[in-house]
Amino acid sequence: MMRAPRAGLAALPAPTAALARASHPRGLAYLLRRFARNRLALIGLWVTLLIILLAVFAGWAAPHNPIKPDFGRIMQPPSRTHPLGTDDLGRDVLSRVIYGTRTSLLAGLVSVGIAVLIGLPLGLVSGYYGGRLDDLLMRITDAMLSFPFLVLALAIAAVLGAGLDRAMIAIGIVFTPGFIRLARGQVLSEREQNYVEAARALGAGDGRIIWRHLLPNIVSPIVVQASLSTAAAITAEATLSFLGLGTQPPTPSWGSMLNFAQPYLGTAPWMAIYPGMAIFITVLSLNLLGDGLREALDPRLR
Amino acid sequence: MTRYLARRLLLTIPVLFFVSLIVFTLITLIPGDPARVMLGEEASRESLEVLRRQMGLDRPLPVRYLIWVGRVLRGDLGRSVRDQRPVARTLLQKIPVTAELAAASLLVAWTIAIPSGALAAWKRRTWLDYGATTVALAGISIPNFWLGIMLIYLLAVHWRWLPPSGYVEPWVDPVGNLRAMVMPSIVLGSALAALVMRLLRSSMIEVLSSDYIRTARAKGLADRVLLVRHAMKNAMIPVATIMGLQLGGLLGGAVVTETIFAVPGLGRLTIESILTRDYPMVQGVVLFAATAVVAANLLVDLAYAVLDPRIRLEERRG
Repeated sequence: MMRAPRAGLAALPAPTAALARASHPRGLAYLLRRFARNRLALIGLWVTLLIILLAVFAGWAAPHNPIKPDFGRIMQPPSRTHPLGTDDLGRDVLSRVIYGTRTSLLAGLVSVGIAVLIGLPLGLVSGYYGGRLDDLLMRITDAMLSFPFLVLALAIAAVLGAGLDRAMIAIGIVFTPGFIRLARGQVLSEREQNYVEAARALGAGDGRIIWRHLLPNIVSPIVVQASLSTAAAITAEATLSFLGLGTQPPTPSWGSMLNFAQPYLGTAPWMAIYPGMAIFITVLSLNLLGDGLREALDPRLR
Repeated sequence: MTRYLARRLLLTIPVLFFVSLIVFTLITLIPGDPARVMLGEEASRESLEVLRRQMGLDRPLPVRYLIWVGRVLRGDLGRSVRDQRPVARTLLQKIPVTAELAAASLLVAWTIAIPSGALAAWKRRTWLDYGATTVALAGISIPNFWLGIMLIYLLAVHWRWLPPSGYVEPWVDPVGNLRAMVMPSIVLGSALAALVMRLLRSSMIEVLSSDYIRTARAKGLADRVLLVRHAMKNAMIPVATIMGLQLGGLLGGAVVTETIFAVPGLGRLTIESILTRDYPMVQGVVLFAATAVVAANLLVDLAYAVLDPRIRLEERRG
């Protein structure tokens, strides 16, 4: 009996099962139209693009220096010069929130990148060849998925030490088994298709079949999983930083901003309100985008 | 049946083996000498050597692993570096606190998720459905530590309805205990509620389109009977199947929730022992968390084998 793959609570969407057969007979334009019909997904896409722009042009968009303390302006409430107020070191909260997009997006992209780069080849090979290697990998992923997602990330971060780079590695490792399982599952159902047999009959080697024939056919579920995992990875980085194990001060990170805002909740609530809202908006738009992609790509929902 | 049960039990062994191997490897990979951590920087070379031998650090890694597993199987998880108390005893002390929090959160989650998921599926493609699914997606996207801090700000700092943090044991002050549990269980329960609601909605949609529901409807059964007595039973199967995932989510979320609300359970123990480099304790907590999830998954599968004949048949065919 095959149990549903488990991932952390943050990595919510169950790997999208039958997406593999979304070999798109009606082409990219059709998919785009399907995606564009989903108004929420479009909002997700636009907000995500806006956040990416903010991250790229943070130096231009932020009104103040995000790092240099200004002890004459400590914990000022929102005003015209400081629309979101200032923090306990007199720094502009808006500028720190804007620079924080860089940390968050970097964390999301790098950790999911690590997970895909390790998980995808392992899953492809494991599913294609099966046998002992497959058995071994499946038991290891079973074991890794038995750890509560955040607890394993914390344990790895504890071993590696605090810091954004290490937090990204920790989160990437924790996400890897999910991609191994997804890619493997897709290959298992795809391996028996006629086109694979045809390629083999034409004399294609295993490597060519895996990379040139199987991979393009299982890309869509991987893309969906990656976009939803990016949202989860951004939350994970913020959580690790909030707990003191991720991004270290003075680098602006939404999670650590919230951590340092806690003692001043009664006197300077804006220090806590806005970084959290930034995480919420970013993660929500990525989730909307991911859900929209899944609906556009999943043949069962057509 | 017996064969299936035996097979399922046997499958747990390699998983637990790799779980233990991962935990052991993690702790072994930590840079630095554990003996020096215990004795401090000023320790003499001789006392370091003695302690290393006592701790078995001079043996080869596989031997150290076997010794460690042997101890764990006998319930000996070592001693905390911080207070020298046995790790297992501290764990046993903290488990009830987190169990209470997890149970309360599960109650919060299911109370919200089951009616709203069923209704969203029943009234599919109406404003009710869109509203419920959007709230659920927001629930998944909201960072739990921010939700916790905002609740503290509103309910404790601003309106002063509830204590901002802290914990009272239920047998000391039952009302105080409940008041202290309100915010943590809402925070921990909300993400789970969103997950369960989405899952229930999609499985309910599938069930509602099945033949037996059409038959029941044709018989003229009232909507409520149809929904609660017929559809709900089958729609809840996937929700129950992911009990292990739900438990894992609760244990992970407890780290954040217990930290914010100063609840002295396993979650806060995890982060405290990580920040104070109390590695035997980290090892114990992480091992316990994973074992609990493996056990929950095993129990769910075994319960199914007993309750649902289709699973046994599937096994025979496969």
